[in-house]
Amino acid sequence: MPNTATQTEVREVTFAEAIREALAEEMRRDSRVCILGEDVAEAGTPFKVLSGLVEEFGKQRVMDTPISEPGFTGIGVGAAMTGLRPVVDIMFGDFLTLIMDQIVNQAAKIHYMSGGTWKVPMVLRTTMGASRRSAAQHSQSLHAWPAHIPGLKVVLPSTPYDAKGLLKSAIRDDNPVIFFEDKMMYRLKGPVPTEEYTIPLGVADIKREGTDITLVATSSMVQVALGAAKMLEESGISAEVIDPRTMWPLDEKTLIESAKKTSHVIVIDEGYYRYGVTAEIASVIAEGAFYNLDGPVKRIGAMHVPIPFSPPLEDATIPSEEQVFEAARELCGK
Amino acid sequence: MSTATQRPGANAATGSQPSPQLSKDQLLGIYRRMYSIRQFEEHANDLYLRALMPGLTHLYEGEEAVAVGICEALRPDDYVTSTHRGHGHCLAKGAKPDRMFAELLGKEAGYCRGKGGSMHIADPATGNLGANAIVGGSAGIATGAAFAAKQLGNGRVCVCFFGEGALGQGVLYEVMNMAQLWKLPVIYTCENNMYNEYTHYSETTAGEILARPAAFGIPGESVDGQDVRAVNAVASRMLARARAGEGPSFLLCNTYRYRGHHVGDINREYYRAKQEEQRWSTERDPIKLLADWLIQQKLAATPELERIQSEVNAEMKAAVEFAIAAPYPPINQVDQDVYA
Repeated sequence: MPNTATQTEVREVTFAEAIREALAEEMRRDSRVCILGEDVAEAGTPFKVLSGLVEEFGKQRVMDTPISEPGFTGIGVGAAMTGLRPVVDIMFGDFLTLIMDQIVNQAAKIHYMSGGTWKVPMVLRTTMGASRRSAAQHSQSLHAWPAHIPGLKVVLPSTPYDAKGLLKSAIRDDNPVIFFEDKMMYRLKGPVPTEEYTIPLGVADIKREGTDITLVATSSMVQVALGAAKMLEESGISAEVIDPRTMWPLDEKTLIESAKKTSHVIVIDEGYYRYGVTAEIASVIAEGAFYNLDGPVKRIGAMHVPIPFSPPLEDATIPSEEQVFEAARELCGK
Repeated sequence: MSTATQRPGANAATGSQPSPQLSKDQLLGIYRRMYSIRQFEEHANDLYLRALMPGLTHLYEGEEAVAVGICEALRPDDYVTSTHRGHGHCLAKGAKPDRMFAELLGKEAGYCRGKGGSMHIADPATGNLGANAIVGGSAGIATGAAFAAKQLGNGRVCVCFFGEGALGQGVLYEVMNMAQLWKLPVIYTCENNMYNEYTHYSETTAGEILARPAAFGIPGESVDGQDVRAVNAVASRMLARARAGEGPSFLLCNTYRYRGHHVGDINREYYRAKQEEQRWSTERDPIKLLADWLIQQKLAATPELERIQSEVNAEMKAAVEFAIAAPYPPINQVDQDVYA
């Protein structure tokens, strides 16, 4: 789905502004939508993503909570079951560790365990991504965890346009949706139309068309893949960049079709390399396009180490354009 | 708070307070529901022993006055959250025994179409947000339901049932803090049956239980959980307070679990004496206490109570037969309702 926005004004807005616009539009549209989290009201979160919302919607709907992630996530689950559509803010994705019971044993299973009678229309926004010099407990990309759990949907937008359209769909979805925002992308600018739009969950986007190799990339790794694609072009390799946009539901068809077309695939994701998103996507592609592939599906993820603080060490843990470039050249034999 | 000081009924702060608001019909209804829960649990145990029930179940016998006393004070649209020992709460809130037995047996006619089982019975029609197999797991959900009730202004209250084992879970205190900050209409109901699974609560619980809600400024009260009228009286006051927008309360019900932690926990003398069990079931049985009082007050005669018993016995027998005869869900339902 290309970023077309016809017959409407298109502005450049930041990723953070796109998130804020989505929330504001949905809160205007539906009085059941409310925000719960730490420092979400006047502070607008430490990343200032929510600035201005409390002024428009009041403290009843933009609610500061104590530093009690399991507690207010659980409140979000119960409120979602009984008539609200809460958007719960978990400041750092690393704090998923604190709320796993609420999202995994409660939110994800309530609809199924109740035989389809109760629903949990809740969005949980959180962050991911290293390179902010925040060390091992504030830098992880743990989106593989919720993606492993049936009953949850997991969204990873990579552009302001996608962030806005996907968040609006997530809020309208009747299921618990975990929405990961790379905190290093909040200032990334991109075109976003003024006219309202949504993007369905479960539809990948071809960010760049190519014929020689498919680079499947998520979140901030899409920019890395696009940078590598530019370098590859200079080496005579035409790279296609695909962003699945949602880890689950996963648009397997688009991934497999691209792999069949190019015969070479690298999957790039900022989660830990072992037992992660790259492994799942690589295996989907290997199963679906095996006889069309000219080589193994290559994976590039975060190193299997706790994220270190020291800048040169931290940078070494994250997939880079050069790494993708070299891997692609090797895979294509050029 | 040792075994020695925790005698049957010893902590009854409110005692057998008169409940003038309960009519004879209501009292007989209460008797019927308590007796129904007792019979339901007897059948559940029997289904287990006959190997007709998959898995295990946790029986509520001995604690009937808590669920019935509180739910009698609720409106039909009020919410409850329940626990792994949840049959009593579900029945007291209005669930039908036939669909409950069907759920226990994993049948399609069950409340959860067989996907939840004994520990996950949920029913939107009766405001039952679900039993929960994580100890303390429903504290957040209950408080969230109260949060929504306040935001939507629908006047509903949520009763969060949990056992004293949940006092060990941190999330309970997180949500109690928020409930008091935001004056949410939720009643935290601690059923102290004295045993965290196989361990006496005095080994797991420091300080006084009621000091915990007090730390948040939440009013707490201890009640004889075997006295259904006392439970009802305290619950009614707490509910009125919640509906008036004055916030949460904490109701500590001192009660006793007649059977083991689950149906398979039969040889349990290593953690509690038979004499203790006998003392509770003979001296402090909630159903017998109510029956004796009804007769003493000339509100009911023995034949009237016996008639209720035989009606319930017939209903339970039919409900069990319904569940046994009911079909399992077709296999193609296995991946349905994962997503709404």
